[in-house]
Amino acid sequence: MADKRRVIGKALRKVDATAKVTGATKFADDLAFPRMLFCKLLRSTQPHARIVSIDTTAAAQLAGVHAVLVGRDLPIPFGILPVSQDEHALCIDKVRFIGDPVGAVAATSEEAATAASDLIRVEYEPLKSIASAEEAVETAEPRIHDYGDGGNFHKLVDLEFGDADAGIAEGDIVREDLFFFEGSTHLPMEQHAAVAMWSPDQKLTLWTSTQTPHYVHRALAKVLELPAARIRVIATPNGGGFGGKSDPFNHEIAVAKLAMTTGRPVKITLTREEVFYCHRGRHPTLMWVRTGVKKDGSITGMHFRSLLDGGAYGSYGVASTYYTGALQTVTYNVPRYHFQGARAFTNKAPCGPKRGHGTPQPRFALEVHLDKIAEQLGIDPAELRLKTLVPANSLTANYLRVGSMGLGKCIAKVVDGSGWKKQFRKLPRGRGVGLACSSYISGAGLPIYWNNMPHSGVQLKCDRGGGVTVFCGSTEIGQGSDSILAYIVAEVLGVDPFDVAVVTGDTDLTPVDLGSYSSRVTLMSGNAALQAAERARQIIGLHAAKQLDIPADRLAFADGRVYDAEDPKRGMTFADAVQWAEAAEGTVGTVGSYTPPMSAGRYRGAGVGPSPAYSYSACVAEVDVDPETGIVRVPTIWIAHDVGRSINSAAVIGQVEGSIYMGLGEALMEEMAYRGDLKVVHKIPSLLEYKSPTTLEMCDVITYLVEDPDPNGPFGAKEVGQGPLLPVMPAVANAVYDAVGVRIDEVPITPDKVLKALRAKAKGEEGRYGPTTFPDIPWPEPTRVPTPWEGGDGKAAERVHA
Amino acid sequence: MLRLPAFRYFQPRTLAEALQMKADAGPNSMFVAGGTDLYPNMKRRHQEPKTVISLMGIPELQTIEAGNVGTCLTLSALSNVPSFQRSYSAVSTAARLVSTPLLRNMGTLGGNLCLDTRCNYYNQSYEWRKSIDFCMKKDGHICWVAPSSPRCWAVSSSDVAPVMVAIGAEYRLVGPQGERVVPAGRFYDNDGINYLTKQSDEILVNVRLPQPNGWDAVYHKLRRRGSFDFPVLGVAAWIQWSGKTVVDARIVLGGVASYPQEVTEAAAALRDMTLGAETIAAAAEAAYRPSKPMDNTDFDLSWRKQMTRVYVARALQELGERAGASSRHRG
Amino acid sequence: MTSESKVKIAVAVNGEPTEVAFAPHKTLLEVLREDLGLTGTKHGCELGECGTCTVLLDGTPVLSCLVLGLACAGRTVRTVEGMAQGGKLHPLQETFADLGAAQCGYCTPAFLLAAEALLTTNPKPTRADIKDALAGNLCRCTGYIKIYEAVELAAARMRGEKAEPRTESLYGR
Repeated sequence: MADKRRVIGKALRKVDATAKVTGATKFADDLAFPRMLFCKLLRSTQPHARIVSIDTTAAAQLAGVHAVLVGRDLPIPFGILPVSQDEHALCIDKVRFIGDPVGAVAATSEEAATAASDLIRVEYEPLKSIASAEEAVETAEPRIHDYGDGGNFHKLVDLEFGDADAGIAEGDIVREDLFFFEGSTHLPMEQHAAVAMWSPDQKLTLWTSTQTPHYVHRALAKVLELPAARIRVIATPNGGGFGGKSDPFNHEIAVAKLAMTTGRPVKITLTREEVFYCHRGRHPTLMWVRTGVKKDGSITGMHFRSLLDGGAYGSYGVASTYYTGALQTVTYNVPRYHFQGARAFTNKAPCGPKRGHGTPQPRFALEVHLDKIAEQLGIDPAELRLKTLVPANSLTANYLRVGSMGLGKCIAKVVDGSGWKKQFRKLPRGRGVGLACSSYISGAGLPIYWNNMPHSGVQLKCDRGGGVTVFCGSTEIGQGSDSILAYIVAEVLGVDPFDVAVVTGDTDLTPVDLGSYSSRVTLMSGNAALQAAERARQIIGLHAAKQLDIPADRLAFADGRVYDAEDPKRGMTFADAVQWAEAAEGTVGTVGSYTPPMSAGRYRGAGVGPSPAYSYSACVAEVDVDPETGIVRVPTIWIAHDVGRSINSAAVIGQVEGSIYMGLGEALMEEMAYRGDLKVVHKIPSLLEYKSPTTLEMCDVITYLVEDPDPNGPFGAKEVGQGPLLPVMPAVANAVYDAVGVRIDEVPITPDKVLKALRAKAKGEEGRYGPTTFPDIPWPEPTRVPTPWEGGDGKAAERVHA
Repeated sequence: MLRLPAFRYFQPRTLAEALQMKADAGPNSMFVAGGTDLYPNMKRRHQEPKTVISLMGIPELQTIEAGNVGTCLTLSALSNVPSFQRSYSAVSTAARLVSTPLLRNMGTLGGNLCLDTRCNYYNQSYEWRKSIDFCMKKDGHICWVAPSSPRCWAVSSSDVAPVMVAIGAEYRLVGPQGERVVPAGRFYDNDGINYLTKQSDEILVNVRLPQPNGWDAVYHKLRRRGSFDFPVLGVAAWIQWSGKTVVDARIVLGGVASYPQEVTEAAAALRDMTLGAETIAAAAEAAYRPSKPMDNTDFDLSWRKQMTRVYVARALQELGERAGASSRHRG
Repeated sequence: MTSESKVKIAVAVNGEPTEVAFAPHKTLLEVLREDLGLTGTKHGCELGECGTCTVLLDGTPVLSCLVLGLACAGRTVRTVEGMAQGGKLHPLQETFADLGAAQCGYCTPAFLLAAEALLTTNPKPTRADIKDALAGNLCRCTGYIKIYEAVELAAARMRGEKAEPRTESLYGR
């Protein structure tokens, strides 16, 4: 490796930036083909009902209509997780939320397709519907699905690491709190779109706005009963993803089937309202936490419960449920830990993975809980956290292996930068500061479906003209994953990153990468690219060294040249070096792949939480609260993020700022609101009424990058796309308390809640707004796992039967 | 992509031509100005005229002279009329607070004054409304906001209309029967469906603003975000001063009823008083009582009601400060 | 369903006199994307609620999803495709690309045009001016900050100043 890095760490233009600023980037809806038909889905108008009959006669007869599909045309179920194959492209017997698709039309125009879908007659027999997780707990019948953990529970989890109750009892204080985190959605500016083409040689091509072409590929093969080799999925650049385009979707399967039926290209572009029905966003989550703490702030034990409103389908929900309990242990020392999580089905659009997947909710709870503990103990909340940090290179109670750990440095940065010590509890009424921290995974340690293959693969082709092409299944969703591949390869081979062509997200052309989710791409595809590039360097270096008559380890690759590091004038162009290698060995191509290290945990449920590396963030939020209205404004957020190593610092800062933006929206205004009185219907499926902050709400962001390289990351890099979102909500909540002395224990922190809490406080009641009870849930027998410091080996203890 | 239903589109150059086209097209036709209210509604199938007649090419509707404002002036233009900054600052403030800069480049004064009433059971796609069996404002029979009510409770969501009512502007209308002038306050009805007294074949041509004559007015808007959002509460406050004494006053609330709601009780609390803290509190309390927002816009409705008190008080405070500042300036 | 007969208009698109025929109820957005192949103009709601479809009509930024194509007869329309001239990026395009003001890139054409219109009337905007001018455009990726910085940098360069990005915008603190 060159001593002086020429690419890594620099704030270079992204390789796709020019196309994006000129409007040249082709998103899925920008594609058009001769004879293309347009698809419209007919969606359920009932939240929960049996389908009695569907009559498509009139629709099929409308001029311009070429095909009409109903559920029985696509009888095979699918779903992102092998354990939750509970979706159909079009509902067969039953609809489960308003927006669930029941029919699909392909016609010569979007107008004709819409008119035809309106002519499909569906007779429903309504069933009792369920509007919230609490209602689902109470309602065993009718069941929304006939699988799961009984009644309308999709999943019940109970994991105990050491004797948590005994641990909690050792605390000098024991604190118990309840929190609620409202659901929110990704709201990518691009509405999902897909185009399918079927060719007479029995080959299907699907262009789609997806974060996970590999999983779409698998779902298509399964549902359409086609050999995977005859299906090509091309992920078009996503106009924003944030997790909302990570499931295989009904509309993708519907257009594929319609293309097969009609023999013509078929396109669908969802309306904004339909994007709300795709959803897979943040689970509304009710949480209860009890923690024992010593006077010095050290935690003796923690018991955490979560109840997730999953909506109508499984999606990633099993993983989401585990995630609400997994990462509490990677920031502060929790020696004994008990987690119970439940996910319930309700008649709402399905929830799934939104930026931070299952961890922002418990992070909000934990960080506000700690703020209350700090206050109770009379310790500065920053000090409290610094005292209890998980050490680097350690194993947590639930067997997560922490590598590099820069949270202490992050806290120091924001405490210093924000002038914390002069502000906290010292500002005039109405102004306040709050602090919170977080951590996130750099990719999941385990794949979604069980296998022993790499999570990411790269092929590299070195051209005799000096160009290099990287092929990788990863998906560009705006986060810069295409650029990361180019930068890493360019660094290793000493070429200009703009001389590197990047081919991604195409199942015919690129080796599998599992997708752009769980902040895995920089670390995993980056490592795969690094390996492929190093192998290419070795081949090229071997022959270049021969020509220069020096040992290969004396070679340097930089500035488009391969040369003697001890005598830089002696060398050749990179293109010449490739030519020597090609002449000697044939075409110069290499592969690289990446598989995460084995996880330490070996209990059931240990698959969620492990990661090759954890990022860390610390955040201070400043708020202005108007005590007359309860309106909260956030002028500034200071954020420090431990990214391990910036591959491109400008891109890293962009991810940080974007995360703060999305977190601010969740903290103050975003919510998936439903009406449940009449029918369970989405109250506001529009960009006007779902409140995404504008330029006028966005705060100033002061970003500090902490670079604590992690041995598992390429050049030490860890994730940045999701982690910095997590501390925003609790930091704002803690700041509101600092400003006006009331606790808002749920997000979004809307003015009516603040005002209610202020009024309660003025009357001498508890100045708090938030949930007051956690329902009784039939938790299963816990899986008991002895902690590492109790001599545990990561396996569950044998159940002792009396 | 959400698309418009098919229709014919006419672009008359004169008022007479526009009226003739309307007469020829019959009841299944509508006038359009900026289109920022009508076209989204048409895309959601709230209105489905077969003929749309644009008023944007009629020079008479684009003029502005002294206090006479053509209704096809865009809201951007209206918020930037230099002479307005002082005398009619409440008008330009309200215009500037409508939606977004992009929308204000298209939306017009007339469009905002005639803005369709809004309700989040109504401003939804055809498919969404179908799932609740529609509502009485379009295609259905029930007002879901108040199911036992015989009337529709959709909300007046104009920012400029409350100001016009408060300052006592007059609207000039031209129709097949000729011309008439209506005080702004009589242009609106408290009914979500029949919210305008304008006939569908009448054109709102211009607005006559009263001469600046010892009065002052302000507009305060409550909404979630600093742009895009309609008011969940608008407070237009007008005071006729005599020195530091209130001779007359009008407080008009937007976003709480199907019309700009004048709260005469609040005005009564101000008359013949100076704007001290107690007077302001009394007027705010008087405005709070009849303010009855319904659960059909953004935010918790009881919070919205409580905000009436705060926003009326703040509007009056601003008026008081402006009066104080100008009297200091004079003195 | 067959569309009714098309109407034809003449309109200057990106400086090019253009004749285009389309059904009379089509919006400018649809005409640009579907009849002229100018797919650089994007859409996020088609209801005027996001700003993603912004184009310049006679130099003024408008929402192309709410403008009828027919209303554009005889007028000038500028889309993102018209910004780069002679293979050279517009200064705003340069700074958007260099600072990372475009992440997913979907809202970018709209922001570029709204920013261009701002700089035409206000060559030296304050941060507050920029926020006001762009308050009708939603971006879910960037948090707007890199967009402000890109507009400020381009404005300085368009005024002839030799401006470079601030170190902390590229490297943090």
